[in-house]
Amino acid sequence: MVANMRDPRCAAPYEAEVVERLEESPTIFTLRLRFTDPEVHKAYRFAPGQFNMLYLHGVGEVPISIVSDPLDEHMYDHTVRTVGRVTRGLAHLPIGARLGVRGPYGRGWPVDEAEGKDVIIATGGLGCAPVVSVINYILRRRERYGRLVVLQGVKHANDLIWRQRYEEWAKLPNTQVLLAADQAGPGWPWRVGHIPVLFDDAHIVAEKSVVMLCGPEGMMRAVIDDMLKRGVSEEALWLSMERNMQCGAGRCGHCQMGGKFVCKDGPVFNYPDVKALLGVKGF
Amino acid sequence: MAEHQFLARKDLQRLIDVLTQSGFHCIGPQVREGAIVYDALDRVERLPRGIRDQQAPGSYRLEQHDDNRVFSWANGPQAIKPLTFAPRESLWHAQRNNGTLDFSAASVHDEPLAVIGVRACDLAALRLHDRHFIDGEVNDAFYAARRERLFLVAVNCSHPAATCFCVSTGDGPTADEGYDLRLDELDEGFLIHAASPVGGRILQELFLTAADDTRVAAAHQQRAAAAAAQTRRLPSTHLRDALFANLEHPRWQEVAARCLSCGNCTAVCPTCFCHSERDEPALDGEQSSHYRQWDSCFTEGHSYIHGFVIRADTRLRYRQWMTHKLGSWHDQYGRSGCVGCGRCISWCPAAIDFTEEANAICS
Repeated sequence: MVANMRDPRCAAPYEAEVVERLEESPTIFTLRLRFTDPEVHKAYRFAPGQFNMLYLHGVGEVPISIVSDPLDEHMYDHTVRTVGRVTRGLAHLPIGARLGVRGPYGRGWPVDEAEGKDVIIATGGLGCAPVVSVINYILRRRERYGRLVVLQGVKHANDLIWRQRYEEWAKLPNTQVLLAADQAGPGWPWRVGHIPVLFDDAHIVAEKSVVMLCGPEGMMRAVIDDMLKRGVSEEALWLSMERNMQCGAGRCGHCQMGGKFVCKDGPVFNYPDVKALLGVKGF
Repeated sequence: MAEHQFLARKDLQRLIDVLTQSGFHCIGPQVREGAIVYDALDRVERLPRGIRDQQAPGSYRLEQHDDNRVFSWANGPQAIKPLTFAPRESLWHAQRNNGTLDFSAASVHDEPLAVIGVRACDLAALRLHDRHFIDGEVNDAFYAARRERLFLVAVNCSHPAATCFCVSTGDGPTADEGYDLRLDELDEGFLIHAASPVGGRILQELFLTAADDTRVAAAHQQRAAAAAAQTRRLPSTHLRDALFANLEHPRWQEVAARCLSCGNCTAVCPTCFCHSERDEPALDGEQSSHYRQWDSCFTEGHSYIHGFVIRADTRLRYRQWMTHKLGSWHDQYGRSGCVGCGRCISWCPAAIDFTEEANAICS
């Protein structure tokens, strides 16, 4: 029964406990969680790019992507920005506190299709969270992939979280980390401007590249336009989309984008599957 | 020969009795507060005898006629959707005990239900909901349990309303599939036909005679007349392509100026499946219930996402409603999500005619 948490008979969440919590910024925190039932925890599997529904007792649920590596057997991590009632409550959970978790939901990043290719990861804002899992995944299986290029754009230099993590990734062989801030502050060693200012430095070889995108849709569209000009094919572009999600199983209807249920058909999409409505107001 | 059996009007009560004796709780159409609704039915006298419905954009009126027919109306505000997709139901409960949380799934214990008087459009809508709720890789246990208990007695429509357009969607007025028993109502009684093993067993318990050719011909003629009486229709073009090619059509703004964004259309639509999930803690704060209830794409919250609303104005909401119903349903379930029941037209307080808008946008 625990083998498949997406089975409707298991539609109720499982109890999980906060093992560790990290303050990433004044409004962003990471919860490291473990299911309290060891059997449930042992059976739990997810793929990079999938998400869980986190339940705060008596308040509600929010869909949050999983940022840790699937091979981490001890816990799984969720990085959350404080926005609404549920996330504000989650922000105050101490170590040892209990919450509900159901999932994982959705389709993740194309880690198999990307084997043998250069992986270009371009993110904006907190967009980095849904790709941290795939970065960790690739780093653990480094020989299966070509170059790893991580491009991150932020509005203001102060918005950058995980600075240390970027610095550590940058030291790894065959790995390039490029950061840009629209507004740089003192001590900002990287580029100033929107994320496309980084692309020349990335030395992208179009036919060898798979591009994974996450962040505001305007930013993703700008990156896509640039990548297409550089000769990257549409099929090599993948995006993680966000919509209102309440059930996780393609039933409640809130996440629809045209005919797609983002929670079930995505959240990671191949660009040709969503390009018709990407950027069209109201979808 | 199954189709050629006749149930005299005086023996209709026996159908209710046999179903009840077979363990079904019977429900059927009745007049409540000026509209036809489905409710518990034990006596044929409760059926809407001699009732006709006059429907028009933004208007629904019942009239009493001096005849014995009980199904000579088109529909009421609600299809049979609430029987399978409950307007509100608990999904699971969470109980806090000394800092730990216990979760338990809610259960569905509904008794077998026989619905008398189901129309072709509503059967078509039910088939669409089956695909949405139970044909996926993860079945909805609540829908599946409610669906499984249904015994459906269809009635072929003899008196479509002016708002009906099921001929244009291909879903009526004759019920072709998805029922256990089917009736054609004639003045003196009913042609009755079984399409399932359970339906066949019920049929054997009824007082039937062979239907003569005159009655069979009368039923066929009645079906053809019901189809011919419909005047509204959707555009005959491929609606998905036509709508998505016209996302900036000025008509969206024009209809938005009339639309109140009230969500009546989505509430009466037999195929709308959107629902929100909410939590309701008990006053002691220890127990909390997670429930779902019908939602509408006309609400602000429907497209809310961390700090902003994707469909902030009525133009975008009406466009979402129509492009989904007539367009992206094709991508999701291989056909349009509209079954031509016309309820969204009658129950729109602004008298917006869905077919008229679709024709204006796709022409």
